[in-house]
Amino acid sequence: MKMKQISQVLAVTALISISGVAVAASATMDKIKSSGAVTMGVRESSIPMSYTTGDSRFDGYHVEVCRMILNDIKDKLGMSTLRINYQPVTSQNRVPLIQNGTVDIECGTTTNNANRAKDVGFANTLYVEEVRIAVKANSGINSISQLAGKKVATTTGTTSVQLLRKHEKANGVNFDEVFGKDHADSFLLLESGRADAFVMDGSILAGNIANAKNPKDFKIVGEVLSTEPIAIMVPKNDPEFKAEVNAAIAKIVANGRMPALWDKWFLKPIPPKNAVVGLELSPATKNAWANLNDKPAEDYVQKK
Amino acid sequence: MSLELGVFCKSTLDGEVVDHCFSSLFGLGQNADPSYLDWLMKAWGWTLAVAGLGLTIALIVGAVMGTLRTLPDTGRGSRTLVRLATAWVELFRNIPVLVQVFLWYHVIPAFIVPLKLLPSYWLVSIALGFYTSARIAEQVRAGIQSLPSGQRAAATALGLTTAQTYRYILLPMALRIVIPPLTSESMNAIKNSSVAFAVSVPELTLFAMQAQEETSRGVEIYLAVTVLYALSAFGVNRVMTLIEKRSRIPGFISPSNAGLAH
Repeated sequence: MKMKQISQVLAVTALISISGVAVAASATMDKIKSSGAVTMGVRESSIPMSYTTGDSRFDGYHVEVCRMILNDIKDKLGMSTLRINYQPVTSQNRVPLIQNGTVDIECGTTTNNANRAKDVGFANTLYVEEVRIAVKANSGINSISQLAGKKVATTTGTTSVQLLRKHEKANGVNFDEVFGKDHADSFLLLESGRADAFVMDGSILAGNIANAKNPKDFKIVGEVLSTEPIAIMVPKNDPEFKAEVNAAIAKIVANGRMPALWDKWFLKPIPPKNAVVGLELSPATKNAWANLNDKPAEDYVQKK
Repeated sequence: MSLELGVFCKSTLDGEVVDHCFSSLFGLGQNADPSYLDWLMKAWGWTLAVAGLGLTIALIVGAVMGTLRTLPDTGRGSRTLVRLATAWVELFRNIPVLVQVFLWYHVIPAFIVPLKLLPSYWLVSIALGFYTSARIAEQVRAGIQSLPSGQRAAATALGLTTAQTYRYILLPMALRIVIPPLTSESMNAIKNSSVAFAVSVPELTLFAMQAQEETSRGVEIYLAVTVLYALSAFGVNRVMTLIEKRSRIPGFISPSNAGLAH
């Protein structure tokens, strides 16, 4: 252990003397510098935030932002090229992979909450998710209060399940919950009439509706059930790296590139199927761009 | 890595520790909101319910189909029955069980509308039952065919009908022979019942996936679920062993060291 630390220190000093640039002592930055590569955690199917477009290529709103950030970091480190390795992650393994250093920066759909912030760091929020209700367009359902006694679908392993439970308790209503094993499955429950509504993150609902056989048959209705900041995840014990990431984010926002990015991923046809997600920029997300911050989801609840 | 088993005493609504963590299990206290332990127990109940109904269907259908496959060739009727049973076995053991569950949940009700009214608990039990029945049928067939052919011939010589031959001569012996593989199959039914999570039955696997997301204590949750699965399967094993011992006919199946085998 000691030998390793010593060798690391030696490596760091060597690097600094070679580059001649005073780089703050950030383990992640050093790793990027010395290996010439960085590992980005991505999701397989979180359209349009982070997903595969086939052939192990990954793209999406957060992925593109991350590529900009890494490009910025590359320039700062004075490197001519930086290889980006994409590592697909799941909801279950994303936090451990950041903790053990397999992934340097995760650009998926991770909610920044106090519980996770104990284990990992979060960059400033660029996307605020709103939990909404999707129903069939001809169902006549317009609000969550109309869902009493109805079948409500949601996906196993998401925070929406707990959200529904809390709502039931608080308002004394009773839903008949059905659980899909993934988002596509939950949407199938709605499509096949096994559920009357699908409660989930707005972007996921919009993405599923966009990919449906007949997108006009469905609509997103009702009040916002919950607001959650979705953020880029970085290692916890590396505040210097987080500061670099945040600096890069501030630069992107200051250059006014966010509205175009939103347009590209949420309102225009996106690969691979050229479907349109069709989710308008929400005031909450706009607010996050205007006042960059890394507040956890808990702070958003209090604001309401 | 330290375990934080206190997570099971937390409320599923606000994450606070509940008043009656263990006493609520025995009906001594009532929690205002269910704790993760309460939920775990409920999920265990669902697992046992799915496995129990599935296994019941599997044993009945499997025994019938396995028997039909061994029918002697006595004309067109028996040939049809043998073919039907063979088709049944091949159909249900050649499709992965998860795919069968989806077929019963999503596809078949699209054609047979009344099935839509059936709760997913029943549909998944039918799917699991039919899948397991194909495997049990093969074991029953193996048991019947392992009997010396003289048994059937002797029964015929005594003037027994085919039904009587099976009822009084072949099945009582064959079913005893196949108890060990049936034990495995019954334990498999417990483990395979985990596919029910895919069609919204709130059993142990669904609990594990959901609770570990809510609590971020995946290790503790999965450990508890693993223990309950192992415990359930072992319970089935003990029951089957008891049946095996009780139904044993002295001198029929070689008793050498039979006690040690369990």
